[in-house]
Amino acid sequence: MSAQSVGSSPRRGGGYGRVTGHQEYLADIKLPDMLHVKLVTLDVARARINSIDVSEAESLPGVAFVMTAADLPDPMPRFGPQFQDRPVIADGETKYHGEPVAAVAAETKDAAEEGARRVKVDYEKLEGGIFNVTDALAPDAVLVQDPSLRGDSPFAQTNVIDEKRFGWGDIEAQESDLVVEDNFQFPMVTHFAIEPHGFMAAPTGDGIEIWSTIQHPYLLQKIMAKMLQLPLSKVRVHAPDPGGGFGGKQIPKFEPLVAFMALRAGRPVRLVLTLDETFQQVRRSSAEIRIRAGFTSEGALTFMDVETNFLVGAYVDIADRVVSKSSYAAAGPYRIPAVKIIGRTIVSHTTPSTAFRGFGIPQIGWARESLIDEAALQLGMDRLEIRLLNLARYKEAFIPMEEADGDWEQTVRTAAKRIGWGDPLPPNRGRGIAVGLKSGPTTGLSYSTVRLLYDGSAMVYAGTSDMGQGARTIFAQIASDELGVPVEQISVVMGDTAVVPYDQQTSASRSSVLMGTAVQRACFDIQGKVRAMAAELYGVDEAAIKIDSGNLLLPDRDVAIVDAMQQALAPLGGEVIGNGEMRKQKDPNHPLGGTAAFFEFNCTASEVEVDMETGHVTLVKHVTVGDVGRSLNPQQVTAQDDGAAIQGLGHTLMEHYIFDDEGRIRNIGAIDYRILTSMDLPLEMHSESIENADGPGPYGIKGVSEGSLLVTAPAVAAAVREATGVLIRDLPLTPQRVWEALQEAKDGS
Amino acid sequence: MNETLTIRTTINGRKRTIDVAVNHTLLDVLRDDIDLTGTKECCVVGECGACTVIVDGRPMNSCLMLAVEIDGKEVTTVEGLELDGELSALQAAFLDESAAQCGFCIPGQLMSATALLAENPDPSVEEVQEGLAGNLCRCAGYEQITKAVLAAAKGVPR
Ligand code: FES
Ligand code: FES
Repeated sequence: MSAQSVGSSPRRGGGYGRVTGHQEYLADIKLPDMLHVKLVTLDVARARINSIDVSEAESLPGVAFVMTAADLPDPMPRFGPQFQDRPVIADGETKYHGEPVAAVAAETKDAAEEGARRVKVDYEKLEGGIFNVTDALAPDAVLVQDPSLRGDSPFAQTNVIDEKRFGWGDIEAQESDLVVEDNFQFPMVTHFAIEPHGFMAAPTGDGIEIWSTIQHPYLLQKIMAKMLQLPLSKVRVHAPDPGGGFGGKQIPKFEPLVAFMALRAGRPVRLVLTLDETFQQVRRSSAEIRIRAGFTSEGALTFMDVETNFLVGAYVDIADRVVSKSSYAAAGPYRIPAVKIIGRTIVSHTTPSTAFRGFGIPQIGWARESLIDEAALQLGMDRLEIRLLNLARYKEAFIPMEEADGDWEQTVRTAAKRIGWGDPLPPNRGRGIAVGLKSGPTTGLSYSTVRLLYDGSAMVYAGTSDMGQGARTIFAQIASDELGVPVEQISVVMGDTAVVPYDQQTSASRSSVLMGTAVQRACFDIQGKVRAMAAELYGVDEAAIKIDSGNLLLPDRDVAIVDAMQQALAPLGGEVIGNGEMRKQKDPNHPLGGTAAFFEFNCTASEVEVDMETGHVTLVKHVTVGDVGRSLNPQQVTAQDDGAAIQGLGHTLMEHYIFDDEGRIRNIGAIDYRILTSMDLPLEMHSESIENADGPGPYGIKGVSEGSLLVTAPAVAAAVREATGVLIRDLPLTPQRVWEALQEAKDGS
Repeated sequence: MNETLTIRTTINGRKRTIDVAVNHTLLDVLRDDIDLTGTKECCVVGECGACTVIVDGRPMNSCLMLAVEIDGKEVTTVEGLELDGELSALQAAFLDESAAQCGFCIPGQLMSATALLAENPDPSVEEVQEGLAGNLCRCAGYEQITKAVLAAAKGVPR
């Protein structure tokens, strides 16, 4: 059995359950004797809660109790991955539309819903709600967060959580033949995983078990242990494969609430959100970007100056990290002598934003790539050429402490060729091209255990969450090649902190590289043990035995690892257990705390046709090319890239929250908030990979999954601009927005 | 307490007599009362298709049907697609094309596709896209799903 699995596309691990309905998602799990929870929310963003009368609700048959802030420890326990700012339940004041003020536990879903309707909340709508950046930064703005929660932050008396400043060189000292400047906006959009979020908890006497749709079970375990003052060993987190995550399920939300409710009830409780409720709990940060750049007359960048205000919502969640990571890479993959970057994390009375595929890069990339097109236009240069001219070359240091880790020019040229860059265009058609760059994980810690069982099958334990990216398949492929065990005979175990060793998290497209390395090392551990067993068995020197893809190469013959293991373990049987660890340490000198493990580099090119009468944009052709190092499973890589591209087309063409003046989301749910359906696809779509095996992961892989939505918007908008001549600075490019821009241009000329 | 009615129905070939609350949807009853959790719940307003089942040959959003409406009718859910322990051609094609990513929309996609192929055994790309337009997927680019349906239509061997 030689290295056949890597680079092929075996059937997906967990695929059988997914096509038969047997896959158990969180909402499919029933715990004996469980109570159902329904949240009580107010139809207002910012309100003072005067009192909550639960008596009528609690007197309903089937209702066990109603939980409010008054039933929780005082002071209110708060949590968060960066700041301890999110309360278990609203405490005295609601800070966003949909923030729960009470939770009803009942014997049935019906009773819980009825109970929720009968909870009487006496509240008063508060003026001064902060729903946009301008209001947040006004000198007399209401403070969204209590300054006493802000520690010694110099910004504690403002709505700014932090201000990140990065850069190099002196932007004022650069000589430029052309300076361009503009402002762009990126709206709030939501993850819209088809599986709504869900949470369950059950007391175990001396501890607690928690079930969650979470992407980071070990982070949840840590947060719960701290909050409940339990040892980690007494907090068991079950994390069934999430039904889509996209970042929205990384960070705990209502797990602490259900945990406190389960402890109070002495019984399991379960809260499964509706899709509408999910809309009010997770979103991408909106952003306002001011950007300025200088160029020589030949098109070389002389400086870039980027200032981004991210409106992150009521609690910081992981958004401050979104701001720092995306700001650090704001200038993109270009060689620029001087750069100044400011990124602000600004709180508001809106849904807390969190990680969302691309982690801030789609917002900044939208502005940067649009501005580069403007420069090309003014310089009379080709938009592809200006990018190729400025693109950092392989191994070139382009950001302090980071170097280009791929042949990015090859990626861009491939995309240009695929879209037919430079070919004549029919009327009302246009093309756009854009490049995106995102840092992979800056730190990481993954452990894996692999068991080679006596019959020659294997079990892989990996704490990654498989939410559709296909991590199960990837890990099975790695183990298959290293141990010589067919993929179908490998089971991958995830999602239970009591069984599977620690993994930092499933984010930043890290798992194939970091956990993949841990799995590979666990297999190396097994290889070493079997080699030692074989040396004794066959009477040869251990050093004389080489290992090659599932086989021991003895001086006189080859023996499969599995065969050697069976001979050595006979007659009792048993197994060989290997452990692997992958650690990417912190680097205290790096502004982000660590270098990027790899970059996701992507070039997106689009061709559109615009209906000049209606403003409707038809995607004629859409191409994304990513530098993936090596495509470990080509089918899954394409599936990730296609999916990311379609998600990117969502925020480009149709997705955005619509607010009323009072900060209420007016288009909650699937009817009023549209995502792409099979009828909205580009007429032609291509996702391609550049494979030079130059990544840090097993076999030279890099992370994939986010690249194809990093710069969807600027590529499409550039195509619209070429087709129509109009520049649009706000998303999405709905027919109405395009039509209005066309009218304005007509009136202006 | 909720008022209940007794209904007689056939689900995945098995005759059943069930007491259902008159205000419960078919989706509620499938998932909560008889533990057929393969059918998924997402939008509950008939927009996402995750809850699609086949009722007397027609694809229906089970979140929009009251359970009492299936009295005397025949229902097929995703759990009923396997025949004698073998995947249907569509299920196998979904696996081969890697059409299922997180998988949450897949039961609905499969039921719509099954109904489509029963009606139109040799659909064009456009007909597949139209037939599945009511089934949202947030993971995929729909292309693998479309490909899988076309492959199944062409008779991928069972
Ligand atoms: S849950 Fe029925 S259509 Fe969405
Ligand atoms: S596979 Fe995840 S929603 Fe379709």
